[in-house]
Amino acid sequence: MSRVRLLILLLIVAAASLLGALLVGSVSLTVAQVVDALLLPTPGVAHDIVWQLRLPRALAAFVCGGLLAMSGVLLQVLLRNPLADPYVLGISGGAALGALGAMLFGATLVATNFAAFAGALVAMAAVFALSFRSGDWNPHRLLLTGVVLSSGCAALLSLILAVAPQAQLKGMLFWLMGDLSDAGSSGFAWLLLAVLSAAFIGLAGNLDAMTLGNLKARVLGVALKPVQAALYFGAAAATVAAVLLGGSIGFVGMMAPHALRLLGVHEHRVLLPAAVLCGGVFVTLADILARTLWAPQQLPVGVLTALIGVPVMLFLLSRRA
Amino acid sequence: MLRATSIGISVGARSLCRGLDLEVAAGELWAVLGCNGSGKSTLLQVLAGVQPPAAGRIEFEARDIDRYPRRELARSLGLLLQSEPQEYWGTLADYVCLGRFPHTQGAFGGDAAGGDVVTRSLADFDLTALAAQPFATLSGGERQRARLAQLWAQDTRLLLLDEPQQHLDLRHQQQTMTLIRAATRAGRAAVVVLHDPAYAAHCDRVLMLHSDGTHRQGSAAEMLQRERLEALYGCRLTLCGDGTGAHVVPVI
Repeated sequence: MSRVRLLILLLIVAAASLLGALLVGSVSLTVAQVVDALLLPTPGVAHDIVWQLRLPRALAAFVCGGLLAMSGVLLQVLLRNPLADPYVLGISGGAALGALGAMLFGATLVATNFAAFAGALVAMAAVFALSFRSGDWNPHRLLLTGVVLSSGCAALLSLILAVAPQAQLKGMLFWLMGDLSDAGSSGFAWLLLAVLSAAFIGLAGNLDAMTLGNLKARVLGVALKPVQAALYFGAAAATVAAVLLGGSIGFVGMMAPHALRLLGVHEHRVLLPAAVLCGGVFVTLADILARTLWAPQQLPVGVLTALIGVPVMLFLLSRRA
Repeated sequence: MLRATSIGISVGARSLCRGLDLEVAAGELWAVLGCNGSGKSTLLQVLAGVQPPAAGRIEFEARDIDRYPRRELARSLGLLLQSEPQEYWGTLADYVCLGRFPHTQGAFGGDAAGGDVVTRSLADFDLTALAAQPFATLSGGERQRARLAQLWAQDTRLLLLDEPQQHLDLRHQQQTMTLIRAATRAGRAAVVVLHDPAYAAHCDRVLMLHSDGTHRQGSAAEMLQRERLEALYGCRLTLCGDGTGAHVVPVI
């Protein structure tokens, strides 16, 4: 399949998944109702369901998936490690620590989000300061620093869960597993996704060269340190934005780029937008299931992404062999 | 083209080579000989400007090498590394195309000459028939030729090659040496790390790096004497043949 055709196909699938998210729910809407609600300003139940409930949530789900997939691609290049995902650098651990700490003290949703943001920034700065050396930025040291800090955060999170009052446990667990039911407006996240996509598609040649190793990349003319810093902060910003919207939704960041590579996409100017679209579609579909499978009970979307992602990934891996 | 002035080389705390002066002119082919760990690979990286020398300065075309933007330098100076990561997801042709990176402009690659150069590089190294193969399915020797073809696609005036013949069969060793020689005859310059004095005999100049940090340089004929090579490698050698075909082999 040519690359252009793949991207067009993914765009169509993306539009279809968003439309699906508007159609499906506790109240079933027809395509005509949804189209009317989207295009005509006639007030009514369908109009309210689409504009107030389903569209914001579908957009939040899609942008979360897109940002996580983007972050996964960037970190896999930066760390030269196929296991890299948005959570290895401890950034989401820092965000979770902030969020759960705030919840423990009974903070409001806004304050919780602010604490998560602050926690992510602290973790991001700490990993950068501890791993960056003026000589060269060794991917192994960066990865290990992130993993060690993540473990520290995980221990503190367990501590918080152990001492938290019963009533707050469920909210905390949902935050940790990834949940879109409290997702607010995703406008800023979409803006960030657009900016990052444009920037890194522009740098795609550099990322391709970096797959040959940092030394060879420099020989080929990559200005390594600025590109590495851009990758780190780009991935960190994408992760923070996604985590603030939807908590720690797992598996998307690692899976989307690998699934595409197993399908034969490896040039970053195609891989990046394709991964963003794949990640977006994946989380959107997972969130439809999270809303409807156990209705009226809502499931954390992170559980669904893993439950769907694991068999898909195993299938792709075995097919290759 | 390339001038190194009293450079020193060290790896970690090990000091390998001191006070080395080197001047590589256009059209010249240099061989670098030395024992394992004598600093040959590090020397090439220092000459390529990807690692700073412990002492001294390096000028490329009369300008300090660290004053060049990396990309501009990469259009004129190419380096074949001794080892590179083995995993690559694309085809052999994609791999060779990466050599065009410094010549492309913008994300969607304005690189008018690129296609022809890549086609020619693939043909030079007998890789045309394999172009559509996934890189991961290639043998060790084929990968080495792919790495060489990538360097040829980079199309630089100065070539630094670290053991270009490793993993290659006899025919491709000969072919690679012929291509390097042809490139320097066409006005390029090359510095090649070699382990076989027989190939060094086809070079213009030879630089020997001794394990104690000393070094010698001179014309190939003057440097590739049996006594010099025995002193360099610390093993006994015997001379075979005569005239221009003469070469040394180890005494077992």
